[in-house]
Amino acid sequence: MLEYLVRRLLGTIPVILVISVVVFLFVHMLPGDPARLVAGMDATPEDVAAVRSALGLDRSIPEQYWRFVTHAVQGDFGISLKSKREVITEIGERLMPTVWLTVFAMLWATAVGLLIGVFSAVKRGKWQDWGGMFVAVSGISFPSFWLGLLLINLFSVHLGWLPTGGYGTPAHFVMPSVTLGLGVAAVMARFTRSAFVEISREDYVRTARAKGVPEKLVIWKHTLRNAMVPVITMVGLQFGFLLGGSIVVETVFTWPGLGRLLVDSVAFRDYPVIQAEILLFSLEFILINLVVDVLYALANPEIRFR
Amino acid sequence: MSAATTAPVAQATRTPIGEFWRRFRRRKIALGACAFLLLLIVTAIAAPWIVPFDPAAPDYMAVLEGPSALHWAGTDAYGRDVFSRIVHGARISLAVGFLSVTLGSLVGVTLGVASGYYGGLVDTAIMRVCDVLLAFPGILLAIGVIAILGPGIDNVIYAVAVFSVPVFARLARGSTLGLKRAVYIDAARAIGVSDLVIMARHLLPGALPNVIVYFSMRIGTSILTAASLSFIGLGAQPPSPEWGAMLADGRNYIGVADHVTLYPGLAIFVTVLAFNLFGDGLRDALDPKFKD
Repeated sequence: MLEYLVRRLLGTIPVILVISVVVFLFVHMLPGDPARLVAGMDATPEDVAAVRSALGLDRSIPEQYWRFVTHAVQGDFGISLKSKREVITEIGERLMPTVWLTVFAMLWATAVGLLIGVFSAVKRGKWQDWGGMFVAVSGISFPSFWLGLLLINLFSVHLGWLPTGGYGTPAHFVMPSVTLGLGVAAVMARFTRSAFVEISREDYVRTARAKGVPEKLVIWKHTLRNAMVPVITMVGLQFGFLLGGSIVVETVFTWPGLGRLLVDSVAFRDYPVIQAEILLFSLEFILINLVVDVLYALANPEIRFR
Repeated sequence: MSAATTAPVAQATRTPIGEFWRRFRRRKIALGACAFLLLLIVTAIAAPWIVPFDPAAPDYMAVLEGPSALHWAGTDAYGRDVFSRIVHGARISLAVGFLSVTLGSLVGVTLGVASGYYGGLVDTAIMRVCDVLLAFPGILLAIGVIAILGPGIDNVIYAVAVFSVPVFARLARGSTLGLKRAVYIDAARAIGVSDLVIMARHLLPGALPNVIVYFSMRIGTSILTAASLSFIGLGAQPPSPEWGAMLADGRNYIGVADHVTLYPGLAIFVTVLAFNLFGDGLRDALDPKFKD
């Protein structure tokens, strides 16, 4: 197991390197001169030159890359062009709201998705199955921002039960996490159903039934337990989906998280923030994938010794 | 017994397309979705001639009116006819969906077939890049591309195409690896057929059924992503009747004029749902393995 862990950790190094190069080159792919962007529209040529040397943009590309990496590992991503504050402080403030939103969305989505999936699989071929899967495919097709607007309309504007947006009390969490989780719940339902159907064809499930094990026990113990292995992997992978989805949902509910910060930075061309955010999102994603792989290897010894 | 012996003969006379159609038409939902999509495509193409109002023409005497016999889906904050705008928006959404997935699949399939055929370093390099691309949530990749190219509907096509590339590359590589060892490939190589011809004529067709299924499924995803990008202000810009942009426009009138956000959202939902249902049906019909 330790050997697998080390091998898997080493494997992420080239990926992180590639991502750091791409994120670094990002500034040079932008149209126009980054120094002019920082100095502002009405800067004199002298100002632009001063900014250029202050940012190290007059040095060679490899030198600049080295500078970027050494600063980045110390958490120094420069100053935001928009707010004129340190990028790292800006991101630090936005991190937890996004994490909490993602976690709550994940919790309800997994629970509901599992239930619908198992229900559909048990009623396989009946109208309940058809209904469950139609709900699931609808969930996948539902634009999250539209759901957000519909919820705001019903619960905030018409009923006045929940705040339209913002952050703070538990009430603020309800609609954003419901909106964010819908797609994941749908994917989980479809995936759970097919995993469950596959396992229920196994000999040991038939044997359990044949020897008179009560149907409830066959479903929850013999089948679901084994179907959970691929489902757990899927849960991990869906975290990435949620990170992406949070970008849109945070915009709908004016949530003070990383997603909205990214959208605002792209609109403002605030490139130090964009750089730091893309790097952060990528590292987060690599970390999640790593954890999923390790959990999977723990559950399934075949993978470890491949 | 006699029925069992005649059945294979009857099946052997069917062409692959006939066989596919026989399986596909039994899936009533997918068939319905297919009919809806055809209608939508025809409507979108004919939009300028059939819509009752000019989608860009303001009418300040009829601002934020609810649905009526004259304005089927009401009017927006400038008095523009929402129904006409939605029909015009279908042109944008369908074009973005088709173009981005076509672009993504062309690049992806080419890379995938080359990767599987040549193997070795080429394969490793291409697949590593795909791993990195697949490691990102699609919308994050798209936003990265938009950050470089700038907001706008044309750039959305490229942005959305990028995240289709690795999916198609993997699919094409998988089927190429399976076919590459076939005797007819050895034979082709022995008589001196060039690598390019082998890949295009002998390996590519094997990948096509799966590519077609994913093609239809990706269009739904791509339309949804493009609409999301427009909604957050990075795609089509306001005067455009793109569905996501219309929703972004209409969100300020929630509670005052709900129809402004209701109908464009419904249009996105129904269109994406139809593509997904159609894709599910195609998959089941082309690959019986998935059937329960």
